[in-house]
Amino acid sequence: MSTTNNPVLDAQNISVVFGGLVAVNDVSFTIPEGSIVSLIGPNGAGKTTFFNVLTGLYQPTSGDVFFDGDNITGRAPHKISSGGLARTFQNIRLFGMMTAQENVMVAMHSKMKAGVWATTFRTKKQKREEAEAREFAQELLDFVGIGKTTHEYARNLSYGDQRRLEVARALALRPKVVLLDEPTAGMNPNESAAFVEFVRRLRTERGVSVLLIEHDMSVVMQVSERITVLDQGQKIAEGSPSEIKNNPRVIEAYLGKSGSEASQNVN
Amino acid sequence: MAETTKAAAPAHTENSNKKWAIGFLTVVLAIYAINKFYIPTAPAQVKTFFNAWFSLTSMGEIMIYILMALGLNIVVGYAGLLDLGYVAFWALGGYVAGWLMSGQFDQWQINFFGNPPAGLPNGIHLNFLLVLVLGGVFTAIWGVIIGAPTLRLKSDYLALVTLGFGEIIPQIMVNGEDIGGFNLTNGTKGINPVDNIKLFGHEFGPFQLADKFLIYASLAGLMIFFSLRLRDGRLGRAWLAIREDELAASMMGVPLMRTKLASYAVGATAGGVGGVAFATLIGGVYAERFNFQVSIIILSMVVLGGMGNVWGVLVGATLLAWVNNTGLVQFGNIINSATGKNIDFPSFNFLIFGVLLILMMLYRREGFLPEARVRLIMHEEEFSDVAVVTDDIEVEGVHHHEHN
Ligand SMILES: Nc1ncnc2c1ncn2[C@@H]1O[C@H](COP(=O)(O)OP(=O)(O)OP(=O)(O)O)[C@@H](O)[C@H]1O
Ligand SMILES: [Mg+2]
Repeated sequence: MSTTNNPVLDAQNISVVFGGLVAVNDVSFTIPEGSIVSLIGPNGAGKTTFFNVLTGLYQPTSGDVFFDGDNITGRAPHKISSGGLARTFQNIRLFGMMTAQENVMVAMHSKMKAGVWATTFRTKKQKREEAEAREFAQELLDFVGIGKTTHEYARNLSYGDQRRLEVARALALRPKVVLLDEPTAGMNPNESAAFVEFVRRLRTERGVSVLLIEHDMSVVMQVSERITVLDQGQKIAEGSPSEIKNNPRVIEAYLGKSGSEASQNVN
Repeated sequence: MAETTKAAAPAHTENSNKKWAIGFLTVVLAIYAINKFYIPTAPAQVKTFFNAWFSLTSMGEIMIYILMALGLNIVVGYAGLLDLGYVAFWALGGYVAGWLMSGQFDQWQINFFGNPPAGLPNGIHLNFLLVLVLGGVFTAIWGVIIGAPTLRLKSDYLALVTLGFGEIIPQIMVNGEDIGGFNLTNGTKGINPVDNIKLFGHEFGPFQLADKFLIYASLAGLMIFFSLRLRDGRLGRAWLAIREDELAASMMGVPLMRTKLASYAVGATAGGVGGVAFATLIGGVYAERFNFQVSIIILSMVVLGGMGNVWGVLVGATLLAWVNNTGLVQFGNIINSATGKNIDFPSFNFLIFGVLLILMMLYRREGFLPEARVRLIMHEEEFSDVAVVTDDIEVEGVHHHEHN
């Protein structure tokens, strides 16, 4: 690996087969601690499927995932997420009928303690815990720039704000690693440009490593320390942005096989 | 639209809760006062009228239905799990009262702060409050026993399993007269009498209905309190998150099984307490009362009221329980005597509630007092135009299509 940092996440020889379709084919991948890395590839390349394996949603057909030194393959999703591996969703999955604040507080569930009794009788401890959780939720909402939406229902937020809320919710897990699945989808160029700065703040201010699935090449090239390219389930390239930019296989994957998409996606 | 869709701040929710709570308390106390102080000395016509339309037994029953509907609301409304066999918990609670507050097991003579009928010390006679607790605990355990293997299932299968459970338990009770020579349930004859309630040195029997009503109203009130508090805490948020998007909830560190089981246990507890209360209301436990219709009626209460919203469910339970135990009979009598026919209206209750449930599911899934609406209405004073809000609920559906 080009980085000297230890990998906080290390996926080894991951394959996922759906029926006859090999969605992910023997992909190895690491996230060095404190880094910002990207996963790119044409539509259907297997990026989201790979995310789903990392977060425990799918069992890999073969391969292992190590997070923070532990083998987490096959571990229950809620344990993986509360263990510090957080994500957002490509097709936003907020709790629509809950407020922004509540959405964020759901993700603190595993770090909180109050049970039926304490909640019903509002013990001192429970009140303190709730107050702290609300405060932290507000801090996160402010951090992602939607501090005024605290008591609005998630489903009533604008598309962009919903994406921001998803990040705030993920951060409430106090994660070591955040996986963002196409976070700029639906953003305008100005918002995308601002997003680059935001990802950097994720690392500096919240101390997380970031793995990005992203179609917007200008974002990818600006923010990533390392890029991995998937095509039809296979890892076809890996390297720094400049290496990837000039890699003939990558150019072929984007232009040769789905030129129309490339013109859409490479801004 | 964005201007019009701000949700209430917690402070405002608390306020609206306060208003509703005061309303509930006022109605309960009014019913109590009227029956305790006015009716006994009222003219015969007034007595007859109240007896026919607002009998104390039916009022007590309404309170017990509120309690149970709020219990099911935790499972269905909060956590979004379909349960078609809730009557099983009611039955189990009822039999706990039957076993622990009667002469059913006359081979024993146990009295623990209980109230055995004069001269009939045989059987088990525990204190009413203790039996309430034991009934709740017993059904909670059953909730977990049923939930643990079934909650992993997809919701359609879960519905089927709970349906089966709701059928099996009453069947066991019907046939529990002779289990290897042991009379557990007294079969179709049921267990009666169940002891009169005795609290703080006072006895509340069939002639202290006003006081008993107050006892059941207190239980309902307690359940309202539980529901509101739980909704606002760690567990309530996790339940709602599971209802909204189970997969996302698990990705946010919510353990699905444990959290669902908790909702099952809490819901079952309310069913059990309701069962104990009901046994003391009618002074007996009868297996044939625990049928599938009850599950459907209680489910209708939750759906009609607006799944998840405590006050909506309270209104739904009040209305449907009254229609079920009084309205159908009374209106039926009026229609029959006006038309000279002899239609048995109460026998249509299942049909009515079934159709109601289907119509609600088709046209008004959010119920008549959905949580969001209540909050919005209570919060935004300037926002009296209900149509705008309704609009917004419909917009939501479109939204979803876009993202998925
Ligand atoms: N649960 C599933 N069952 C069957 N096939 C699946 C499943 N999930 C994904 N696939 C298939 O696996 C392949 C990879 O899909 P995936 O969603 O991982 O692609 P992606 O790289 O995220 O694409 P996009 O850029 O469009 O989001 C696709 O052919 C998809 O149809
Ligand atoms: Mg994808």
